[in-house]
Amino acid sequence: MSHNLLVRVTHWINFLSFVALAVSGVAILMAHPRFYWGESGYFDTPAAFELPLSVNLDQTGWGRDLHFLAAWIAVINGSIYVVWSLVLRHFRFTEYKYLQRLAYLSVIFGLLPLTILTGLTLSPAVTAAFPMLFAIFGGRQSARTIHFFAADLLVLFLIVHVIMTIRSGSVNSMIGAGAK
Amino acid sequence: MISRRKLLAGIPAAGSVLLTACKDSLPPSFGSFFDASNTLTFASHRLLLRNQPLVREFTRDKITKNFPAINETNPKSDRYQHLLAGGFSEWRLPIAGLVSKPGELSLETLKRLPSRTQVTQHNCEQGWSAIAEWTGLPLGRVLQEVGMLPQARYVVFHTVDGWWDSLDMFDALHPQTLLAYGMNGGDLPVAHGAPVRLRVERQLGYKSLKYVSRIDVTEHLDDVEDGTGAVGAAYGYSWYAGI
Repeated sequence: MSHNLLVRVTHWINFLSFVALAVSGVAILMAHPRFYWGESGYFDTPAAFELPLSVNLDQTGWGRDLHFLAAWIAVINGSIYVVWSLVLRHFRFTEYKYLQRLAYLSVIFGLLPLTILTGLTLSPAVTAAFPMLFAIFGGRQSARTIHFFAADLLVLFLIVHVIMTIRSGSVNSMIGAGAK
Repeated sequence: MISRRKLLAGIPAAGSVLLTACKDSLPPSFGSFFDASNTLTFASHRLLLRNQPLVREFTRDKITKNFPAINETNPKSDRYQHLLAGGFSEWRLPIAGLVSKPGELSLETLKRLPSRTQVTQHNCEQGWSAIAEWTGLPLGRVLQEVGMLPQARYVVFHTVDGWWDSLDMFDALHPQTLLAYGMNGGDLPVAHGAPVRLRVERQLGYKSLKYVSRIDVTEHLDDVEDGTGAVGAAYGYSWYAGI
Protein backbone atom coordinates (compact mmCIF):
# COMPACT_ATOMS: atom_id res chain seq x y z
CA MET A 1 0.00 0.00 0.00
CA SER A 2 1.75 3.18 -1.08
CA HIS A 3 0.75 6.48 0.42
CA ASN A 4 1.22 9.56 -1.58
CA LEU A 5 3.18 12.39 -0.01
CA LEU A 6 0.20 14.69 0.63
CA VAL A 7 -1.69 11.99 2.49
CA ARG A 8 1.39 11.21 4.57
CA VAL A 9 2.04 14.89 5.44
CA THR A 10 -1.60 15.64 6.33
CA HIS A 11 -1.70 12.49 8.45
CA TRP A 12 1.30 13.60 10.53
CA ILE A 13 -0.01 17.17 10.90
CA ASN A 14 -3.27 15.60 12.05
CA PHE A 15 -1.41 13.49 14.60
CA LEU A 16 0.50 16.51 15.99
CA SER A 17 -2.58 18.73 16.23
CA PHE A 18 -4.40 15.84 17.90
CA VAL A 19 -1.73 15.50 20.58
CA ALA A 20 -1.75 19.31 21.06
CA LEU A 21 -5.55 19.23 21.49
CA ALA A 22 -5.34 16.48 24.11
CA VAL A 23 -2.53 18.18 26.09
CA SER A 24 -4.16 21.64 26.00
CA GLY A 25 -7.53 20.08 26.82
CA VAL A 26 -6.10 18.70 30.05
CA ALA A 27 -4.51 22.11 30.82
CA ILE A 28 -7.95 23.77 30.51
CA LEU A 29 -9.66 21.00 32.47
CA MET A 30 -7.29 21.41 35.44
CA ALA A 31 -8.93 24.75 36.27
CA HIS A 32 -12.24 23.02 37.03
CA PRO A 33 -12.13 19.22 36.91
CA ARG A 34 -15.83 18.89 37.76
CA PHE A 35 -18.53 17.85 35.33
CA TYR A 36 -22.26 18.59 35.31
CA TRP A 37 -25.36 17.84 33.31
CA GLY A 38 -27.72 20.56 32.04
CA GLU A 39 -27.31 24.30 31.49
CA SER A 40 -25.23 25.37 34.45
CA GLY A 41 -22.78 24.03 36.97
CA TYR A 42 -20.43 25.66 39.44
CA PHE A 43 -18.85 25.20 42.85
CA ASP A 44 -22.09 24.94 44.85
CA THR A 45 -24.01 22.65 42.52
CA PRO A 46 -23.55 18.89 42.86
CA ALA A 47 -21.18 17.52 40.24
CA ALA A 48 -22.16 14.57 38.03
CA PHE A 49 -18.60 13.41 38.69
CA GLU A 50 -15.27 14.91 39.61
CA LEU A 51 -11.80 13.97 38.42
CA PRO A 52 -9.00 13.53 40.96
CA LEU A 53 -6.89 16.26 39.36
CA SER A 54 -5.25 18.92 41.51
CA VAL A 55 -6.86 22.26 40.63
CA ASN A 56 -4.51 24.57 38.73
CA LEU A 57 -5.92 27.91 37.61
CA ASP A 58 -2.82 29.17 35.80
CA GLN A 59 -2.74 26.93 32.72
CA THR A 60 -5.90 28.01 30.91
CA GLY A 61 -4.41 30.98 28.98
CA TRP A 62 -1.91 29.04 26.86
CA GLY A 63 -4.22 26.02 27.12
CA ARG A 64 -7.05 27.77 25.28
CA ASP A 65 -4.69 29.43 22.79
CA LEU A 66 -3.04 26.11 21.90
CA HIS A 67 -6.40 24.28 21.86
CA PHE A 68 -7.87 26.66 19.26
CA LEU A 69 -4.67 26.88 17.18
CA ALA A 70 -4.57 23.08 17.01
CA ALA A 71 -8.33 22.91 16.34
CA TRP A 72 -8.01 25.28 13.37
CA ILE A 73 -5.06 23.31 12.00
CA ALA A 74 -6.90 20.01 12.49
CA VAL A 75 -10.06 21.28 10.75
CA ILE A 76 -8.20 22.83 7.78
CA ASN A 77 -5.77 19.91 7.48
CA GLY A 78 -8.55 17.36 7.94
CA SER A 79 -10.62 18.94 5.18
CA ILE A 80 -7.65 18.81 2.78
CA TYR A 81 -7.05 15.16 3.74
CA VAL A 82 -10.66 14.05 3.30
CA VAL A 83 -11.08 15.80 -0.07
CA TRP A 84 -7.73 14.49 -1.34
CA SER A 85 -8.41 10.99 -0.09
CA LEU A 86 -11.79 10.89 -1.80
CA VAL A 87 -10.12 11.97 -5.04
CA LEU A 88 -7.40 9.33 -4.68
CA ARG A 89 -9.75 6.75 -3.19
CA HIS A 90 -7.52 6.49 -0.14
CA PHE A 91 -10.41 4.99 1.81
CA ARG A 92 -9.89 1.52 0.40
CA PHE A 93 -11.93 -0.25 2.96
CA THR A 94 -11.77 -3.54 1.11
CA GLU A 95 -8.34 -3.94 2.70
CA TYR A 96 -9.81 -3.74 6.18
CA LYS A 97 -11.73 -6.23 8.24
CA TYR A 98 -15.34 -5.46 9.12
CA LEU A 99 -14.58 -4.34 12.69
CA GLN A 100 -11.79 -2.05 11.55
CA ARG A 101 -14.10 -0.52 8.96
CA LEU A 102 -16.74 0.08 11.60
CA ALA A 103 -14.19 1.71 13.93
CA TYR A 104 -12.85 4.10 11.29
CA LEU A 105 -16.30 5.07 10.03
CA SER A 106 -17.68 5.71 13.53
CA VAL A 107 -14.68 7.94 14.31
CA ILE A 108 -14.95 9.95 11.08
CA PHE A 109 -18.73 10.30 11.00
CA GLY A 110 -19.50 9.96 14.72
CA LEU A 111 -16.86 10.95 17.24
CA LEU A 112 -15.14 13.71 15.24
CA PRO A 113 -18.30 15.69 14.41
CA LEU A 114 -19.57 15.13 17.97
CA THR A 115 -16.33 16.49 19.47
CA ILE A 116 -16.33 19.51 17.14
CA LEU A 117 -20.01 20.35 17.72
CA THR A 118 -19.88 19.96 21.51
CA GLY A 119 -16.71 22.09 21.51
CA LEU A 120 -18.52 24.82 19.56
CA THR A 121 -21.39 24.66 22.09
CA LEU A 122 -18.92 25.90 24.72
CA SER A 123 -18.42 29.13 22.76
CA PRO A 124 -20.60 32.06 23.90
CA ALA A 125 -20.17 33.65 20.45
CA VAL A 126 -20.92 30.61 18.28
CA THR A 127 -24.00 29.70 20.37
CA ALA A 128 -25.30 33.27 19.96
CA ALA A 129 -25.32 32.57 16.22
CA PHE A 130 -26.54 28.93 16.54
CA PRO A 131 -28.64 28.60 19.71
CA MET A 132 -29.98 25.24 18.49
CA LEU A 133 -26.69 23.72 19.66
CA PHE A 134 -28.01 24.03 23.22
CA ALA A 135 -31.15 22.11 22.28
CA ILE A 136 -29.14 19.35 20.59
CA PHE A 137 -26.84 18.72 23.57
CA GLY A 138 -29.12 19.74 26.46
CA GLY A 139 -27.20 22.80 27.65
CA ARG A 140 -23.68 24.13 27.91
CA GLN A 141 -22.53 21.92 30.78
CA SER A 142 -23.96 18.79 29.13
CA ALA A 143 -22.02 19.71 25.99
CA ARG A 144 -18.84 20.11 28.07
CA THR A 145 -19.35 16.64 29.59
CA ILE A 146 -20.04 15.02 26.19
CA HIS A 147 -16.98 16.85 24.76
CA PHE A 148 -14.85 15.29 27.50
CA PHE A 149 -16.05 11.73 26.84
CA ALA A 150 -15.92 12.03 23.04
CA ALA A 151 -12.34 13.35 23.30
CA ASP A 152 -11.43 10.46 25.62
CA LEU A 153 -12.72 7.97 23.06
CA LEU A 154 -10.72 9.72 20.33
CA VAL A 155 -7.55 9.42 22.42
CA LEU A 156 -8.36 5.73 22.98
CA PHE A 157 -8.87 5.29 19.23
CA LEU A 158 -5.54 7.03 18.53
CA ILE A 159 -3.67 4.72 20.89
CA VAL A 160 -5.24 1.56 19.41
CA HIS A 161 -4.71 2.91 15.88
CA VAL A 162 -0.99 3.55 16.50
CA ILE A 163 -0.46 0.13 18.12
CA MET A 164 -2.25 -1.65 15.26
CA THR A 165 -0.33 0.14 12.52
CA ILE A 166 2.95 -0.67 14.26
CA ARG A 167 2.01 -4.33 14.74
CA SER A 168 0.75 -4.78 11.18
CA GLY A 169 3.82 -3.09 9.75
CA SER A 170 1.70 -0.60 7.78
CA VAL A 171 3.31 2.18 9.85
CA ASN A 172 6.23 1.90 7.39
CA SER A 173 4.16 3.53 4.70
CA MET A 174 3.48 6.49 7.05
CA ILE A 175 7.16 7.07 7.84
CA GLY A 176 8.13 6.58 4.22
CA ALA A 177 10.19 3.41 4.74
CA GLY A 178 7.78 1.25 2.79
CA ALA A 179 6.66 3.82 0.22
CA LYS A 180 6.92 2.58 -3.33
CA MET B 1 -18.10 37.77 -19.92
CA ILE B 2 -15.13 37.70 -17.57
CA SER B 3 -12.36 35.36 -18.70
CA ARG B 4 -10.79 32.98 -16.23
CA ARG B 5 -7.46 34.80 -16.54
CA LYS B 6 -9.05 38.13 -15.65
CA LEU B 7 -10.84 36.52 -12.75
CA LEU B 8 -7.61 34.98 -11.43
CA ALA B 9 -5.74 38.27 -11.85
CA GLY B 10 -8.45 39.96 -9.83
CA ILE B 11 -7.92 37.76 -6.76
CA PRO B 12 -4.74 39.47 -5.44
CA ALA B 13 -6.28 42.88 -6.08
CA ALA B 14 -9.47 41.97 -4.23
CA GLY B 15 -7.34 40.42 -1.50
CA SER B 16 -5.32 43.57 -0.93
CA VAL B 17 -8.46 45.73 -0.85
CA LEU B 18 -10.00 43.37 1.69
CA LEU B 19 -6.84 43.31 3.80
CA THR B 20 -6.57 47.10 3.85
CA ALA B 21 -10.22 47.38 4.79
CA CYS B 22 -9.94 44.68 7.44
CA LYS B 23 -6.62 45.59 9.01
CA ASP B 24 -8.25 48.32 11.07
CA SER B 25 -10.90 45.98 12.42
CA LEU B 26 -8.59 43.15 13.52
CA PRO B 27 -8.06 42.58 17.24
CA PRO B 28 -4.92 43.98 18.87
CA SER B 29 -1.94 41.68 18.41
CA PHE B 30 0.77 40.99 20.94
CA GLY B 31 3.33 39.44 18.63
CA SER B 32 2.17 36.13 20.11
CA PHE B 33 2.51 32.78 18.38
CA PHE B 34 -1.26 32.43 18.73
CA ASP B 35 -2.27 35.73 17.10
CA ALA B 36 -2.98 33.99 13.79
CA SER B 37 -5.46 31.45 15.15
CA ASN B 38 -7.08 33.91 17.58
CA THR B 39 -7.56 36.35 14.68
CA LEU B 40 -9.06 33.57 12.58
CA THR B 41 -11.53 32.82 15.40
CA PHE B 42 -12.30 36.53 15.79
CA ALA B 43 -12.90 37.04 12.05
CA SER B 44 -15.10 33.96 11.71
CA HIS B 45 -17.18 34.98 14.74
CA ARG B 46 -17.67 38.46 13.29
CA LEU B 47 -18.97 36.81 10.14
CA LEU B 48 -21.32 34.51 12.12
CA LEU B 49 -22.53 37.39 14.30
CA ARG B 50 -22.82 39.99 11.54
CA ASN B 51 -26.54 40.45 12.25
CA GLN B 52 -25.82 41.01 15.96
CA PRO B 53 -28.01 38.20 17.37
CA LEU B 54 -28.76 38.25 21.10
CA VAL B 55 -27.52 35.49 23.39
CA ARG B 56 -30.19 33.30 24.96
CA GLU B 57 -32.17 34.87 27.74
CA PHE B 58 -33.78 32.72 30.42
CA THR B 59 -36.86 33.05 32.57
CA ARG B 60 -36.26 34.09 36.20
CA ASP B 61 -36.84 30.57 37.55
CA LYS B 62 -33.57 29.51 35.85
CA ILE B 63 -31.52 31.90 38.03
CA THR B 64 -28.89 29.93 39.95
CA LYS B 65 -28.45 30.24 43.70
CA ASN B 66 -25.11 31.42 45.12
CA PHE B 67 -23.72 32.79 41.87
CA PRO B 68 -19.94 32.36 42.30
CA ALA B 69 -17.96 35.48 43.23
CA ILE B 70 -14.34 35.08 42.22
CA ASN B 71 -11.17 37.21 42.13
CA GLU B 72 -11.71 40.50 44.01
CA THR B 73 -14.80 40.38 46.22
CA ASN B 74 -14.34 43.52 48.34
CA PRO B 75 -11.74 46.09 47.23
CA LYS B 76 -9.76 47.24 50.24
CA SER B 77 -8.88 50.74 49.02
CA ASP B 78 -9.91 53.54 51.41
CA ARG B 79 -11.60 55.38 48.56
CA TYR B 80 -13.79 52.36 47.69
CA GLN B 81 -14.66 51.64 51.31
CA HIS B 82 -15.58 55.30 51.77
CA LEU B 83 -17.88 55.23 48.72
CA LEU B 84 -19.41 51.94 49.89
CA ALA B 85 -20.10 53.37 53.36
CA GLY B 86 -21.94 56.26 51.69
CA GLY B 87 -24.12 53.95 49.62
CA PHE B 88 -22.18 55.03 46.50
CA SER B 89 -23.98 58.40 46.50
CA GLU B 90 -20.59 60.08 45.97
CA TRP B 91 -19.56 57.55 43.29
CA ARG B 92 -18.88 59.04 39.84
CA LEU B 93 -18.00 57.34 36.56
CA PRO B 94 -15.68 59.54 34.46
CA ILE B 95 -16.08 59.10 30.70
CA ALA B 96 -13.41 60.76 28.57
CA GLY B 97 -11.58 60.50 25.27
CA LEU B 98 -13.26 60.71 21.88
CA VAL B 99 -16.58 62.08 23.13
CA SER B 100 -18.08 65.51 22.61
CA LYS B 101 -19.40 65.73 26.17
CA PRO B 102 -16.79 64.22 28.52
CA GLY B 103 -17.89 64.17 32.12
CA GLU B 104 -18.84 62.14 35.15
CA LEU B 105 -22.00 60.10 35.54
CA SER B 106 -23.49 59.48 38.96
CA LEU B 107 -25.21 56.23 39.87
CA GLU B 108 -28.44 58.18 40.09
CA THR B 109 -28.05 59.43 36.50
CA LEU B 110 -27.28 55.92 35.25
CA LYS B 111 -30.40 54.58 36.97
CA ARG B 112 -32.56 57.36 35.54
CA LEU B 113 -31.83 56.41 31.93
CA PRO B 114 -33.89 53.61 30.27
CA SER B 115 -32.57 50.30 31.60
CA ARG B 116 -32.40 46.78 30.24
CA THR B 117 -32.92 43.62 32.30
CA GLN B 118 -31.66 40.26 31.05
CA VAL B 119 -31.33 36.77 32.53
CA THR B 120 -28.19 35.34 30.94
CA GLN B 121 -25.56 32.70 31.47
CA HIS B 122 -22.13 33.70 32.72
CA ASN B 123 -19.42 31.48 31.24
CA CYS B 124 -16.23 31.44 33.24
CA GLU B 125 -13.00 30.64 31.43
CA GLN B 126 -12.38 28.02 34.14
CA GLY B 127 -15.25 25.92 32.80
CA TRP B 128 -18.19 26.56 35.12
CA SER B 129 -21.29 28.53 34.20
CA ALA B 130 -24.12 30.14 36.17
CA ILE B 131 -27.26 32.12 35.38
CA ALA B 132 -28.21 35.52 36.81
CA GLU B 133 -30.47 38.47 36.09
CA TRP B 134 -28.67 41.70 35.30
CA THR B 135 -30.17 45.18 35.18
CA GLY B 136 -28.29 48.09 33.73
CA LEU B 137 -27.82 50.65 31.06
CA PRO B 138 -26.82 49.46 27.57
CA LEU B 139 -23.29 50.77 27.01
CA GLY B 140 -24.34 52.02 23.57
CA ARG B 141 -26.84 54.32 25.28
CA VAL B 142 -24.12 55.70 27.56
CA LEU B 143 -21.87 56.37 24.57
CA GLN B 144 -24.75 58.12 22.84
CA GLU B 145 -25.30 60.22 25.96
CA VAL B 146 -21.69 61.50 25.98
CA GLY B 147 -21.61 62.08 22.22
CA MET B 148 -19.15 59.49 20.92
CA LEU B 149 -17.13 60.87 17.99
CA PRO B 150 -17.11 59.10 14.59
CA GLN B 151 -13.41 58.11 14.75
CA ALA B 152 -13.93 56.25 18.05
CA ARG B 153 -13.15 52.53 17.70
CA TYR B 154 -12.52 51.18 21.21
CA VAL B 155 -13.97 51.60 24.68
CA VAL B 156 -11.41 51.12 27.46
CA PHE B 157 -12.53 50.22 30.99
CA HIS B 158 -10.57 50.66 34.21
CA THR B 159 -11.60 49.20 37.55
CA VAL B 160 -11.24 50.03 41.24
CA ASP B 161 -8.92 47.03 41.74
CA GLY B 162 -6.51 48.02 38.95
CA TRP B 163 -7.79 45.86 36.09
CA TRP B 164 -8.40 47.23 32.63
CA ASP B 165 -9.76 45.87 29.39
CA SER B 166 -11.26 47.09 26.14
CA LEU B 167 -14.02 46.34 23.64
CA ASP B 168 -14.34 47.34 20.02
CA MET B 169 -17.57 48.97 18.87
CA PHE B 170 -18.99 45.70 17.52
CA ASP B 171 -19.28 44.39 21.09
CA ALA B 172 -19.57 47.75 22.87
CA LEU B 173 -22.72 48.67 20.94
CA HIS B 174 -24.37 45.22 21.19
CA PRO B 175 -27.78 45.62 22.89
CA GLN B 176 -26.88 43.13 25.67
CA THR B 177 -23.59 44.84 26.59
CA LEU B 178 -24.54 46.57 29.84
CA LEU B 179 -23.16 48.75 32.57
CA ALA B 180 -25.03 46.67 35.15
CA TYR B 181 -26.02 48.12 38.53
CA GLY B 182 -28.60 45.49 39.48
CA MET B 183 -28.47 41.74 39.99
CA ASN B 184 -31.36 39.32 40.56
CA GLY B 185 -33.75 42.18 41.29
CA GLY B 186 -31.62 44.04 43.86
CA ASP B 187 -28.62 46.34 43.80
CA LEU B 188 -25.41 44.79 42.46
CA PRO B 189 -23.74 43.22 45.53
CA VAL B 190 -20.19 44.24 46.53
CA ALA B 191 -18.87 40.73 45.79
CA HIS B 192 -20.14 41.02 42.21
CA GLY B 193 -18.65 44.43 41.44
CA ALA B 194 -20.81 47.14 43.08
CA PRO B 195 -21.84 49.69 42.18
CA VAL B 196 -21.37 49.01 38.44
CA ARG B 197 -19.94 46.11 36.47
CA LEU B 198 -19.72 45.34 32.80
CA ARG B 199 -21.70 42.56 31.08
CA VAL B 200 -20.29 41.30 27.76
CA GLU B 201 -22.52 38.34 27.02
CA ARG B 202 -20.89 36.93 23.87
CA GLN B 203 -17.47 36.48 25.46
CA LEU B 204 -16.03 34.59 28.43
CA GLY B 205 -16.61 35.98 31.90
CA TYR B 206 -13.23 37.64 32.23
CA LYS B 207 -14.33 40.36 29.78
CA SER B 208 -17.20 41.37 32.12
CA LEU B 209 -15.14 43.52 34.48
CA LYS B 210 -16.35 44.21 38.02
CA TYR B 211 -15.99 47.57 39.88
CA VAL B 212 -15.84 49.74 36.74
CA SER B 213 -14.24 53.06 37.74
CA ARG B 214 -13.41 54.87 34.49
CA ILE B 215 -14.24 54.70 30.78
CA ASP B 216 -12.09 56.04 27.93
CA VAL B 217 -13.12 56.10 24.28
CA THR B 218 -10.17 55.82 21.87
CA GLU B 219 -9.23 55.24 18.27
CA HIS B 220 -6.12 53.13 18.98
CA LEU B 221 -5.10 50.79 21.77
CA ASP B 222 -1.31 50.98 21.29
CA ASP B 223 -1.01 54.06 23.52
CA VAL B 224 -3.32 52.75 26.26
CA GLU B 225 -1.41 51.28 29.23
CA ASP B 226 1.04 48.66 27.86
CA GLY B 227 -0.60 48.66 24.42
CA THR B 228 -1.91 45.09 24.58
CA GLY B 229 -5.60 46.05 24.82
CA ALA B 230 -6.23 44.35 28.17
CA VAL B 231 -4.59 43.48 31.46
CA GLY B 232 -5.28 39.83 30.65
CA ALA B 233 -2.63 39.77 27.90
CA ALA B 234 0.07 39.84 30.59
CA TYR B 235 -1.44 36.62 32.01
CA GLY B 236 -1.73 34.91 28.62
CA TYR B 237 -5.46 35.56 28.20
CA SER B 238 -6.46 36.45 24.66
CA TRP B 239 -8.05 39.88 24.11
CA TYR B 240 -10.95 38.37 22.17
CA ALA B 241 -12.72 35.79 24.33
CA GLY B 242 -15.64 34.65 22.15
CA ILE B 243 -13.72 31.30 21.87
